[in-house]
Amino acid sequence: MAQIFHRSANTLSRVTIFGAIFIAGFVLWVIGGIVRSPYFTNQGIHREQVVPFSHQHHVAGPGIDCRYCHTSVETSSFAGIPPTSTCMNCHAQIWTNAEMLEPVRASFRTGKPLVWSRVHRLPDFVHFRHDIHVAKGVGCATCHGRIDRMNLVYQASPLTMEWCLDCHRAPEKYIRPREEVFNMSYVARNQKTLGPELVKRYGVQSKTHCSACHY
Amino acid sequence: MSDNNTLNFTEFRARIGDLRGKEFWRSLEELSRSDVFDEFFAQEFPQQAQPLEKGVDRRNFMKLMGASVAMAGLAACRQPADAIVPYVNQPENLIPGKPVYFASAMTLSGVAHGVLVESHMNRPTKIEGNPEHPTTLGASDPFMQASVLNLYDPDRSQVVRRFGDTATWGEFIAALQPVVNAARANGAGLRILTQTVTSPTLGAQLTALLAQFPGAKWHQWEAVNRDTVREGGRLAFGRYVHTHYDFTKANVVVALGSDFLCDGPGHLRYARDFMSRRKVRSGTKSINRLYSIEAGMSGTGGVADHRLPVKPSQIEDFARQILAGSSTNPTVQALIADLQGNRGASVVIAGEEQSAAVHAVVHAINSQLGNIGTTVLVTDPIEIAPVNQLASLQELVRDMNAGAVNALLILGGNPAFDAPADLQFAKALDKVPFRAHHSLYYDETSNRCHWHIPEVHFLETWGDARAHDGTISIIQPLIAPLYNGRSVHEVLGAVAGGLEQTAYQTVRSFWAARGGDDATWRKWLHDGVIPNTALPVVAVSAATPPATGNQQPATGIELEIRHDPTIYDGRFANNGWLQELPKPQTKITWDNVLIVGPRTSEKFGYTADERDPLVNEKRTRFVDLSYRGVNMRLPVWVLPGHAEDVATVYFGYGREMSGKIGNGVGFNTYPLRFSDALHGGAGARITLSEEAPRIYPVACTQEHQSIDPKLVGERGLIRSASFEGFQQNPNFAKDPHHGSDVTGHGSHDTNMYPPYDYSDKHAWAMVIDTSVCTGCNGCVIACQAENNIAIVGKDEVVRERELHWLRIDRYFRGNIDNPEVYHEPVPCMQCETAPCEPVCPVEATSHSEDGLNDMTYNRCVGTRYCSNNCPYKVRRFNFFHYADYDTPALKPMRNPDVTVRTRGVMEKCTYCVQRINAGKIEAEKQGRKVRDGEVVTACQQACPTEAITFGNMNDKTSKVAQLKALPTNYALLEELQTLPRTTYLANIRNPNPAIAPAKSEHADRGHEG
Repeated sequence: MAQIFHRSANTLSRVTIFGAIFIAGFVLWVIGGIVRSPYFTNQGIHREQVVPFSHQHHVAGPGIDCRYCHTSVETSSFAGIPPTSTCMNCHAQIWTNAEMLEPVRASFRTGKPLVWSRVHRLPDFVHFRHDIHVAKGVGCATCHGRIDRMNLVYQASPLTMEWCLDCHRAPEKYIRPREEVFNMSYVARNQKTLGPELVKRYGVQSKTHCSACHY
Repeated sequence: MSDNNTLNFTEFRARIGDLRGKEFWRSLEELSRSDVFDEFFAQEFPQQAQPLEKGVDRRNFMKLMGASVAMAGLAACRQPADAIVPYVNQPENLIPGKPVYFASAMTLSGVAHGVLVESHMNRPTKIEGNPEHPTTLGASDPFMQASVLNLYDPDRSQVVRRFGDTATWGEFIAALQPVVNAARANGAGLRILTQTVTSPTLGAQLTALLAQFPGAKWHQWEAVNRDTVREGGRLAFGRYVHTHYDFTKANVVVALGSDFLCDGPGHLRYARDFMSRRKVRSGTKSINRLYSIEAGMSGTGGVADHRLPVKPSQIEDFARQILAGSSTNPTVQALIADLQGNRGASVVIAGEEQSAAVHAVVHAINSQLGNIGTTVLVTDPIEIAPVNQLASLQELVRDMNAGAVNALLILGGNPAFDAPADLQFAKALDKVPFRAHHSLYYDETSNRCHWHIPEVHFLETWGDARAHDGTISIIQPLIAPLYNGRSVHEVLGAVAGGLEQTAYQTVRSFWAARGGDDATWRKWLHDGVIPNTALPVVAVSAATPPATGNQQPATGIELEIRHDPTIYDGRFANNGWLQELPKPQTKITWDNVLIVGPRTSEKFGYTADERDPLVNEKRTRFVDLSYRGVNMRLPVWVLPGHAEDVATVYFGYGREMSGKIGNGVGFNTYPLRFSDALHGGAGARITLSEEAPRIYPVACTQEHQSIDPKLVGERGLIRSASFEGFQQNPNFAKDPHHGSDVTGHGSHDTNMYPPYDYSDKHAWAMVIDTSVCTGCNGCVIACQAENNIAIVGKDEVVRERELHWLRIDRYFRGNIDNPEVYHEPVPCMQCETAPCEPVCPVEATSHSEDGLNDMTYNRCVGTRYCSNNCPYKVRRFNFFHYADYDTPALKPMRNPDVTVRTRGVMEKCTYCVQRINAGKIEAEKQGRKVRDGEVVTACQQACPTEAITFGNMNDKTSKVAQLKALPTNYALLEELQTLPRTTYLANIRNPNPAIAPAKSEHADRGHEG
């Protein structure tokens, strides 16, 4: 009886079997790449805002502190988005005729709030709190990047759980002195020695159990 | 089912007799121990075990899966952009992300319950008791907890209506004006019908209105009206009075058909006070004793040391025996001796379903015992105008029929639905030329009125009301009216002139004239009470008992009619939380049934033979009830401990115009309420209905997700002793028979898991004192409100899919005709070595550093292995999309600190981890440890008797650690070495040693010493 398959079929079947494993691996690698990509995480994507508010202009220039607008960052889970009246504290006196600021003035006149587009969004099953992170010496720039260099704010970090855990597992890599939390340009010179010392001094705990964030 | 498994009640009795009252049991089915029941129990979710009716072949399966994958690919689009909308001018002291609490008050039948309302960004989300308020002392009942759902209810009336069509407030005013002018001219024909009023402002407005229109009349009616209590007081003291009680001073309490621990004005305070004398701690020398003489099993009867099930008509007789000081009944004789030994330190209390004569006799007993002025406090009435509401309503109906009523304003209530059937209120109402109804819902009464005005919810308006002791609270709004509602003050203002006055102005100006300057007013609002406004105790003459009526002992079956324990008189029918709340004793949800005792049910042929095929408490038979010419088909329910020849029905169900949730649920039993017998009477006949359908499904949760019944007796799930027994052997709950060790917590020594060191962390733990739990359900619904727990509906409850994280297990002990009742709240045990964790394939449930058993919703893939492996059965699975994601009105109601769970996700009690985290973070920010009592779980906060204690077990000075050190502390199924963090204090009762039957019934109290 003649052979049904040619000898080359052996090679072909081996290649297919080994190939299948690599193809599966490749597919998983691609999926892994996609979910970490800005397409999924929104990292680095600018959002159009009702008023093209520039953090660079307000922070780097006049040096306004973060807490002037984000008032509840030390007391609440939510850092707070300033009410229109905060804008008008200054803009009632300067740039009073700027066309760019018309929505702000309109809001103040009519009492209709400004509608901003959210940049940093966590899923509903994650409960993040600003206050405790600030209290334990996590700098604004550590997560939000150099806001003082952003015209329109974008999300500097991927905000994936992997990224959260990077710090939660080893806070000493990122903790800075409390007085430097709101300093945008802070650069640690000796994080290797300072980090562990601050972790000890502030009683920073490495929280990696699920209910630290998920409940 | 084989014949030898079919037991009748006689055999049940024999079986229990064999056990000599030793064994605990949960339901009649469990007692029958049939094969079907055992099989039912072996299944985790029995209703899911049925195979698919039509098989799915491989080809179809592949097609569906292929489509699903393709869809999933499409769905994985980017998140749409979210908006953030800040204020234009941010209010002072408002920190986004942090809740603010406001004091206010909720009224039920006129009586104020002080509340603290949690508000997230001006959205009320949760209600707690106000610790400063004398009625609540920080506790809350199911009605208070669930009222927040009523606020957001999309079915609430949203617009003024004329003949059912949309109209405006202005049009109503215009239509009202000629009517008012006519009334002003001839001075008569204007009638106002309200519910019970204790509000001083409303009272002043009504008084002013009556002065302005001398011919007008003010009527009051409420289905739960306490007429008998008022009339009893008048019989005894010659005038209307109000009575409240101080249970902290009472050593002996006798409840005559009274459920004072779970129902009626002041019940939260009474439960706290009464149970404060019942907690057995180190050094407790004595505890109080409770006798209950009642027909249906109430929460109070359940925790009584001695309960005497009697017919309602016999209660007066028993009351007179107590007054006379002698009885042929040995229990009553011992009770009398006990009362006489505690003169001035006892309370006899009668329920509002008892006749005025019973109340008068009870006043005479208390007067004779010297209790008045010490434990029984008599004051002036808390109502503005105490009346006999039935007489008031009868007068109104008579005048309406006679054509003497030109205009009727119905302010609140639903009389077309809840007035006694024989008055034919609705028919009389149709004869009134101008009728307007002011109510929260467009209901049965609104439907018969020309005008309907939507009412504001109490969280949307200003007002005031008196508490059970007379203390006045100001009601303040938490949110602007969601649905164009008008307050009662505005409606009255429209009648009496003062149209431009808002509710705030009316209430504010009333109190401004009574010492409420701005600073004082702000303090009243902040505290939630106006200080020193409790009504002073008045001196009353010794009560005179009414002459002996000729009490003919009634024959046949007596009907007892009570308001529903969860939906009250029907006003909460559209509240899904209350509908799905298991009723305290029967554990039935979404329904009302005809409750009878085992002996009675045998009499009309509903024997265990009949019942057993309807096993699992899922279905029951219809019966035909005939009572005073009314015939009604109702599902029957056999409840152990129900008095013989008594049938009990709850009213409030069978609404037709309550809203989407409540319409057509249950049976309308109001036709059984006659004006001469509001609370029932003799002459009921019950026969098994042969008309189809004979069978009715009942959503009873008793045997749902409960611990294997085979373990109930053997493993000491509930442990109990008499106080005497406890004194002789304080360690009775630690008997090695139960496999417990001395710590009552278990130890790592005999455990296969490696020990984990919690010593430098918090070790959150809970202790539940079963001695003081009345099964009132406050904790269950508080948990629901705090943790965004969805309701599932009756059909899904029948399939055992209800989601309550906390259930209250009911245990009976002894004789099925008069068992002792035990309640055991079962939340997650937070086992240190939790059996649910190793079986999860995706590690969705794992342990936290504090020893909490975490459930991570976003990881859960819904295998349900964890639930299968949980010996305590505390895990709940979302079989469907139960949470309502779509109704916009319900979105702001949810607790923003807790995830709303979706389909396919397991969930369970977290020990309120959101509160724990908030407490820990606050402490961390201040650089200190969490203080004892700083973190309070929702169930603990609601509990009126403080049965639940939560805290850090590592802190040896904490309350929870001290309770765990008590000898009565034990864990459920501790021999499984799960090391549960939730433990229980054994139930200690105080039976009277002089009462022989109780002794012999429980002769074998085993290891109780």
